[in-house]
Amino acid sequence: MSTTSKRNVVIIGNGMVGHHLVEQLIENGALAQMNVTVFGEERHRAYDRVHLSEYFKGRDAEALALCDADYYARHGVTFNSCEAVVSIDRAAKTVATERGNYAYDHLVLATGSYPFVPPIPGNDREGCLVYRTLDDLDAIRDASQSATTGVVVGGGLLGLEAANALRGLDLETAVIEFAPRLMPMQVDAEGGELLREKIEALGVQVLTERATQRIEDGEASRHRMVFQDGKVLETDLIVFSAGIRPRDQLARECGLEVGERGGVVIDDQCQTSDPAILAIGEVALWNQSIFGLVAPGYQMAKAALSTLTQGETRFKGADMSTKLKLLGVDVGSIGDAHGNQNPGARMFRYLDPLTQIYRKMVVSSDGKKLLGAMLVGDNSAYDTLLQYYANGIELPKEPASLILPQSGAAPALGPDALPDTAMICSCHNVTKASICAAIDAGASDLAAVKGNTRASTGCGGCASLLKSVVDHELAARGVEVDKSICEHFQHTRQELYDIVRVEGIKTFSELIEKHGTPSAHRLGCDICKPAVGSILASCFNEPITDAAHIPLQDTNDTFMANMQKNGTYSVVPRIAGGEITPDKLVVLGQVAQKYSLYTKITGGQRIDLFGARLEDLPDIWGELIEAGFETGHAYGKSLRTVKSCVGSTWCRYGVQDSVGMAIKLENRYKGLRAPHKIKFGVSGCTRECAEAQSKDIGIIATENGWNLYVCGNGGMRPRHAELFATDLDDEALYRTIDRFLMFYVRTADRLQRTSVWRENLEGGLDYLKEVILDDSLGMGNELERQMQTVVDNYQCEWAGAISDPDKLKRFRSYVNDSRPDPSIIMTSERGQLRPA
Amino acid sequence: MTATAMKHTAVTPSRQAPAGQRLCSKADLVAFSGVAAWLETPQGPKQVALFYLPGYPRELYAIDHHDPFSNANVIAHGIVGDIKGAAVVASPIYKQHFRLEDGQCMENESVKLRTWQAEFKGDAVWIEE
Repeated sequence: MSTTSKRNVVIIGNGMVGHHLVEQLIENGALAQMNVTVFGEERHRAYDRVHLSEYFKGRDAEALALCDADYYARHGVTFNSCEAVVSIDRAAKTVATERGNYAYDHLVLATGSYPFVPPIPGNDREGCLVYRTLDDLDAIRDASQSATTGVVVGGGLLGLEAANALRGLDLETAVIEFAPRLMPMQVDAEGGELLREKIEALGVQVLTERATQRIEDGEASRHRMVFQDGKVLETDLIVFSAGIRPRDQLARECGLEVGERGGVVIDDQCQTSDPAILAIGEVALWNQSIFGLVAPGYQMAKAALSTLTQGETRFKGADMSTKLKLLGVDVGSIGDAHGNQNPGARMFRYLDPLTQIYRKMVVSSDGKKLLGAMLVGDNSAYDTLLQYYANGIELPKEPASLILPQSGAAPALGPDALPDTAMICSCHNVTKASICAAIDAGASDLAAVKGNTRASTGCGGCASLLKSVVDHELAARGVEVDKSICEHFQHTRQELYDIVRVEGIKTFSELIEKHGTPSAHRLGCDICKPAVGSILASCFNEPITDAAHIPLQDTNDTFMANMQKNGTYSVVPRIAGGEITPDKLVVLGQVAQKYSLYTKITGGQRIDLFGARLEDLPDIWGELIEAGFETGHAYGKSLRTVKSCVGSTWCRYGVQDSVGMAIKLENRYKGLRAPHKIKFGVSGCTRECAEAQSKDIGIIATENGWNLYVCGNGGMRPRHAELFATDLDDEALYRTIDRFLMFYVRTADRLQRTSVWRENLEGGLDYLKEVILDDSLGMGNELERQMQTVVDNYQCEWAGAISDPDKLKRFRSYVNDSRPDPSIIMTSERGQLRPA
Repeated sequence: MTATAMKHTAVTPSRQAPAGQRLCSKADLVAFSGVAAWLETPQGPKQVALFYLPGYPRELYAIDHHDPFSNANVIAHGIVGDIKGAAVVASPIYKQHFRLEDGQCMENESVKLRTWQAEFKGDAVWIEE
């Protein structure tokens, strides 16, 4: 199809909802019929506004971005950032920006909303800011440099988010709310009181029933806020977060129908009063309602896609139930949480002042249906209550049991009780029926279901519910959810690890004798043997070249080198932190010349020597060890490299000695056998030249110490590492990494990198932090002890091998002749040898 | 190094008795793993992988050392295991499994490695060619 016959679709706004529409257009192949042009007024491409407050905790614009930098270009979508649309000409079907006019066949308004700033005299003073965009956050951060106190005007959802951000900037923080309680929309008086207690306990001052009359010069601080009762509060910084208003000005100016209190009126197809113009997200007014959450916005985007492609999907309104963690406090709200929309409804309340938990249910007058619910301090009942509410499931005989504390686990609603229409993942609109359909179409495990339906790949809040539904449905289809590692053991890797530790089993033969599946042979296989070899090494760190361990190893581990495609091996000595002396460099060159090896610098800042014949390996290593080298474990599922930048020693920007730290870390963890390879990076400042955020363990220097990032990955599926702990001193850094790595070694599946392990970890990053930083399982000391055992028992495997004639025998290419393998033929290219 | 010393036990093909050749000694084998050896055949020298499973009903296997999927001589360096009751070796390059008994590839019916009869005579490993 020629481009001229394509329709022009123009999207104004590149927020979360506007971006979701672009994603939907791409994924549904709609770009074959249309040219899509997106205008965004911000510098940044679409980012995750829900997690905005993490910006101050080290997640930068890139980490918050919703897609790769080249995602739009790759799919042929034109993206104009920093280009605001200033007017719409409906007759000519064009939009105008400062740079020119653009024609459209269909126009989509996804302009979102703006923060409402109350009309208080002095609200435009310097240091009076709002909390909505990354630029707003930059302005808040800049203003906080010269501030010690900050005030948030507005105690709703966004206000508490903003308060969290100010706390993150180390400001003494206060929240001012006009209503008698915090979050008046979501919680009642009791819930509000509890919320206040919990938030005050965090050191945030809460002032309710306060209306600000004016803002003027302060005495001790920059501003003084004067309230209706004459009381005053002094502060250096003020953030307004008193609600949002739809950005409907463009629509008003071109004569589209808008609501009395704002918002562009749309129908079920998201069409405005001009059928060529659609509106989605927080700018749209559907059935007299604005939807200020992201999930309804996504549903509108799907309806808009359908309208643009002549589909059948319509927007039918959305449930505003929500669960949040504000300042670390759980708040949940479902349906008619206040019970004021259903006359005759009955309330059940549970309040525990000791543990500070409040739960409330609004139940129909006959006691059979849940109409709404409210949770403060603990959201664990949310998923179950939401299913009762959303699917109209009949309540148990004693509804109170749903919110009363249980002696055992809370009575979860079993997956079989859910109807097919039950919404499991509201981010991606995945119902129980679509999960069943994916399973029937061949998805046979959780990962496959996630891949096919995208369930639980948004906010992740439904992870445990999804897992129980998938497990249940698989079981119902007679699929045994088989967790066996292979046919020789009916155990997972984690179970085998625990067995080895608890029973002190030191060999594969003992393990398969006691715990293997009865079978004709008990040889094991290429799945379980290396896995068990790795577990034994993680626990006891005996040399992998010992006779009992040799048959367990992949050829790379057996010969402590990496087999290449022609049967030769590569040799990689350790170059800790990438630091190497000129003398050692000379030795590497001499060895490579002598044994005709191809040399290449690796991505991990060391030097790879390729093309070594098996029988030459011991001699090569003899010379390397003589020169002070040791094995680099490039062949093992173990610590590979700690990449570093040059750090404060040489770099004018460096704030810590990153090379020194990299060398210490590499020497501490070298030889650690793990479920998969592990890479580190250490950067000496936030410029991040060591690319630490793409590593399993990333460390970035700060003025005060080290920030620790975990579970990043490069490779096939890149993943940014997540900030785990900040400003650690050296000792705390080692301790945290000890615990983290040992917990990974204990609980990951075979060949599971930390990134995938983290994504499959129930409870996610929060859980990981609890276990490692808060020691919630009480195993911190044990993990550290185990790591110390590994560290203490380290020995260079190659040094051990070349001094043992029995081990050396293994490096003969042929046991009955010393002639070399004649089939290994090399040719010359760019001055070096390579396989012919 | 040790490999050089092995020259003294190099193969001397027994032309008088084509039914068998001594390849190496039991001490050259590695329990539950493989080693490679040269075998003289009427078609010229051939590389053989020898696997030793002490204590099992059949203790010794001889199978082609050449991996047809990678065209490299590497089979002796694979991991030994059993799959559905049959002793196998996994190629260290692309991980296909070959049955030690008859060389059959488990992933591809049309691929089968050559095998030989091998046995211990005292401490020596003998192979039928």
